Formats: sequence, C-alpha cells, structure tokens
Amino acid sequence: MNMHAQPQRTLAETALIDAFGERLSLLPGDGAVMVKRDDAIEAIKHGLPTRRVESWHYTDLRRLLTKVPAFEAGAVVKALAPVLEGSAVMPVLNGVSNAKLPEIEGVTVQRLSEKLTDGSVAPGLDPYGDDDAIGALNTAFVADGYFVDIADGAVLEKPVELQNLQAGGQSHVRLLARVGAGAKAIVVERQAGEASEDGEALVSSVSQLVVGDGAEVTWLIVQEQPDTATHLAQFKAHIGKDAKLTLFVMNAGGRLVRQEVVVRTTGEGADFKLRGINLLAGETHTDTTMVLDHAVPHTTSTEVIRNVVTGKARGVFQGRINVHQYAQKTNAKMACNTLLLSDDGEFSTKPELEIFADDVVCGHGATVTEIDHNHLFYLMARGIDEKSARGLLVKAFVAEVIEELDDEALVEALEERLDGWFSTHG
Amino acid sequence: MLEIKNLHARIVDDGTEIIRGLNLTVKAGEVAAIMGPNGSGKSTLSYILAGREDYEVTEGDILYNGQSILEMDPAERATAGIFLAFQYPMEIPGVATMEFLKVAMNEQRKARGEEPLKVPEFLKRVKEAAASLSMDMNMLKRPLNVGFSGGEKKRAEILQMKLLEPKLCVLDETDSGLDIDALKIVSDGVNALRSPDRAIVVITHYQRLLEHIVPDSVHVLYKGQVIKSGDKSLALDLEANGYAGVIGEAA
Repeated sequence: MNMHAQPQRTLAETALIDAFGERLSLLPGDGAVMVKRDDAIEAIKHGLPTRRVESWHYTDLRRLLTKVPAFEAGAVVKALAPVLEGSAVMPVLNGVSNAKLPEIEGVTVQRLSEKLTDGSVAPGLDPYGDDDAIGALNTAFVADGYFVDIADGAVLEKPVELQNLQAGGQSHVRLLARVGAGAKAIVVERQAGEASEDGEALVSSVSQLVVGDGAEVTWLIVQEQPDTATHLAQFKAHIGKDAKLTLFVMNAGGRLVRQEVVVRTTGEGADFKLRGINLLAGETHTDTTMVLDHAVPHTTSTEVIRNVVTGKARGVFQGRINVHQYAQKTNAKMACNTLLLSDDGEFSTKPELEIFADDVVCGHGATVTEIDHNHLFYLMARGIDEKSARGLLVKAFVAEVIEELDDEALVEALEERLDGWFSTHG
Repeated sequence: MLEIKNLHARIVDDGTEIIRGLNLTVKAGEVAAIMGPNGSGKSTLSYILAGREDYEVTEGDILYNGQSILEMDPAERATAGIFLAFQYPMEIPGVATMEFLKVAMNEQRKARGEEPLKVPEFLKRVKEAAASLSMDMNMLKRPLNVGFSGGEKKRAEILQMKLLEPKLCVLDETDSGLDIDALKIVSDGVNALRSPDRAIVVITHYQRLLEHIVPDSVHVLYKGQVIKSGDKSLALDLEANGYAGVIGEAA
C-alpha cells in the first residue's frame, strides 16, 4: 500500500476500518491468517490509493470509493445457469460457498472457509506489491470461496464455472485453483449480481491460479455486475514450463470496476494470452490493469484488449510487461483498441515495457477510432438500416477477439453474452 | 425505371464538381453500359446512385420508378431495390459473411412486409447462388470479404446481388481484377438476372465485359456528362478508335 500520510480518513476508509473491528470475531482463520488480516487492515489504515500512486493514477480509489455498504446482503441470490452449457457450477452466494461440492473426476474441491480455518492458505494472502489495495481489502475480509485442485494429467470434459454472485452488501471472495502437470481445463469465473434495494454493493474477489508444467488452461472472467456494484478484482497466475494459459476477460457491468491481472511465467516455454473486452456504458468507471512478468527465458505472450465506450463511461487499460534480465528470447505483443462511440466517453491506455534482457521481441500499440464510414456505407447499401449496421460493426469490433478463441462452444456462448449487452445498451 | 435529369454533384469535403449536368434514362429490362476514360465520373455516379454521403447533389434529380431518391439514405434505396456492386468491395473483419447475408436479406424482406427467411430456406438459397458462381461455401464462413482475392470479392458481390434480387443493378467495374474464367462466371451470373422488370447499369472501361454482357445501350461519360449515346456498336467503335474521337466530336 502507499505510505502517504492521509490528512483525514474518508467515510469509506473509516467504514472499512470499523467494519473490520466488528467482523473480526466472525472471520474464519487461524493465527497465521489473522496476522495477514492485521497487516492488511494496517495497510488500509494508511489510506486507499490516490492518483498520486502511479498504478492507481487513472483510478483514484480514495476519491471514487465514496460509500461502503453494510455487510449484510439486501436479498437472497440464486445460482445462475452457466455461461457454457453442461458446466459444473460452484456458486458463492452473497460471499458464502455451497456446502454441497460437485463430484468431478480428477478434481478435488474444498470450501475456502475451511482452508482459512486451518490456515493452509495463509501464505497466499500476502500482497503482491506495495500498492496492492485490492489484495489488502480482500485479505482483511475474505471469508469464503473455493479451492479447486485439478490432478496431474486430468483432462476435464466439462468446464468448471465458479460463480461469485451478490445481492448488495459486501462480499469478499477468493477462488483458488491448481491445475496439475499436463492437465487441461476450461474455467469460467462469473462475477455478477442483482441490484439490491438500498442500491450498493462492494465486492472484492481474488483468483489465484497455478498452471502446472505442460498444462493448458482457458480461464474466462465474465463480469456482469449491476451498476450499483463496486467490483474490485484480481487474477493472479503462475505459468509453468511449456504450459499455456489463455485468460479472457469480459467486463460488461459494474459502476466502479478494477480488474487486475498479475501473471508470471515461471517455466521455459510458457505461453500467456490475454484477451479482453470492455463494454462500457452509463456513468461507469472500468479499469483493467495487467502486470506481466516474463521471469524466465523463452516465454511468449500476446495481449489484445478491445473497448467499446458509450455514454459518459470511462475506461482504463494499463499493461505492464516486465522482462527480467535472464528472460532472453521473450516474445511479447500487446494491443489495445478502442471504439469511442460518444463524445462524453473516455478511455486511457498506458502500455509499459520494462526490459532488462537484450535478446527479446516486445511491442505494443494502441488505437482509438470511431466507426468506419466506408464500412457503414457498405452495410447500408445492402439494405441494413443505420442503427442495425452500426450495431453489427460495433459487435464485429469486439467479436474478433472472441472468435480468436477458436472453440465453437466458447465463441457462441460469449457472443450470446455480447448480444445480451448490446440488446440493453445498443 | 431510372431517370437522371441534369444532375450536378460535388465532393462534400472540397467542393469539387464531378457530375456536371448528366442526363440518362434506363428503362426496365434494359442493360445500359456506361463507358468513359478515367476521371470522367463513372464511379462517382455509382456512389451517388447508392447514396454515399461524401457527395452532394447540387442540381437536378434522380428518379427511380418516377420518385426522387435524393432524400433517401443508402439503406432505404437498397430496400427499394437499388443495388451497387462495388468496384472495391469493403473488407469488414468480425462480420461473418453468412450472418451479414442473413441480416441483409431479412432487412429487405422486412421493408417489403415479408416474413424473415427460415434458416433452411436461407441456406438453400445461398448454396444455390454460390454453386452457380462456382463459389466455395467455406469462403462464406470467413468474415465479410476478408482475405478474399480480387476475383472472389467480385463474385461475392454478384452473389449478394442474386440473393437480394434488386430491380436496378449498378455494376461498377465488376470486370476489373477478373481473369477470363472468372469474367465468364460473373457475366453469366449477371446475364441470369436479366429480366423484363429489371434494369442493369454496367460501368466499365473496356469493351471486353460487354462481349459477355451484351448491352442494349451504350453511353459515354466525359467530364461528368453523357456526351454520346448509342447501341452496342458504339462500344466496338470506342474499342477500335479510343475515346478521343467521341470527345473531339462533343467538344
């Protein structure tokens, strides 16, 4: 966390610190976990990050987090039909996991509350850097979630869908997964909720994934929070030798959203793909921040982010690639393309490459465009009215990223989510 | 079917006048060829007929079935039955060709008060039309025109024309970029659309295309005006003697 002395605590900071005192006795965890929680709340006492903290420059959390709701949810919430048909669904409802765990061959699932109680997750509760506000908030309050262990060599026939659903109040959830060597899995991380009566929700969700040597994982984050929600999320992963991780992030909701992606290649031959779609509407603020460490030689990555900005929405993409000194032959490419559809919308892109090795290929590019008038004319000249033609082109702009996933069931399911968004915001 | 009366039009951006008092009448059932040297305004005319916003009509009128189309946007013109086969069809990444065809066909049906096509009927029509143009259905699985060769793009234009069944077809240099075999396939496709209630305007540089699509009338466009009209022999005359003679005559 930042160490700037704040002149006076904000209402939100005070509310969080008070809530910690009240909740402490209810939070699961042994001594080791409690030490981490204490450190985390200390960090919050130093103040939430402001724009003066570099990694939070475009998302001044201290200013933007104006209210912190009470802990209790506004209503009950039910598990949703999965994004991918036939998935094994594991719901966390208003911050509480389901006691009934699914039985999947090659997969062991545990409730996270148990792993907090026995202290086995304590080492994973450390922050990842100096300004890890999301990590601190989550560590202080996390009460439940799941730990999913996929055995070495297991090839999952059905996707796994982890659902984090809320109906107001606060929920702080961790989703941990280990994918064993040579295993293959598709995991959907669903982040959604219902607008609650009193209208506020604060969600922190931290996912931690270890991809074993030679394993292949496709992890899809589908975030469709209501516009009453503050959604602070983090996805952290280590990718082993010759392992592949494709992370797809779709942000299509939330009032104040920050999705951090913190990835490190830990074995030679590791490959990381980040594909992101931000669909921004209304008066919302959505920040995707990636920190990728190419920590060993011969690892590759590509990052493609596509944004559609409407209304008075603001979006941020920060992509930082660190190539370590010994990480020769790194190949990394990053692109962030934005379609700006309104005069009041805004998108900020900050690519950063920090390269300490001398034999690498790294590149980045960013564009901001409007709808191509030649394309619009072509579609209209075939009888498609202007509104539909614009809709087709906007959808095409983001659908390109989805189609790259090259899995028909995935592509169809995600395009359905897209259509859902366009039908309410188009 | 099409009456262009004393048309004057300019480029919106810089005000350059391209069409300068153009008159042309094309009747239902007629195939009219428009020829002319580079820069005479041929492509501009096709864009103006389709309703491209980059051009502004300053004088005159375009009547389609007796009604002025100047106030209609490109989509309205298309649903009314006007079709432009582009000289350079646009590549549109992310828009699936089949999806595009379905949306276009159904939008036009909707405008005519018809029910949307059921999927099997839609597929049947596309398959038949593609087969008649020797097009591989796999091509249609790709995004619209993306990675198509020049010839494939032109075939795709004719495919759309067949499926949308327009009443007034405007073909802008459909022959450019085609080899002899493709030229024959595309021409056969156009000829199959000839009918007493349909007019076809073929814009071309060369007589070559007109050997395959035999026109009823030929019009020479120069500096934004039709300077000479005749029957198909005019095209042969132009091929033999070039534009210079006709231009000299008019001047």
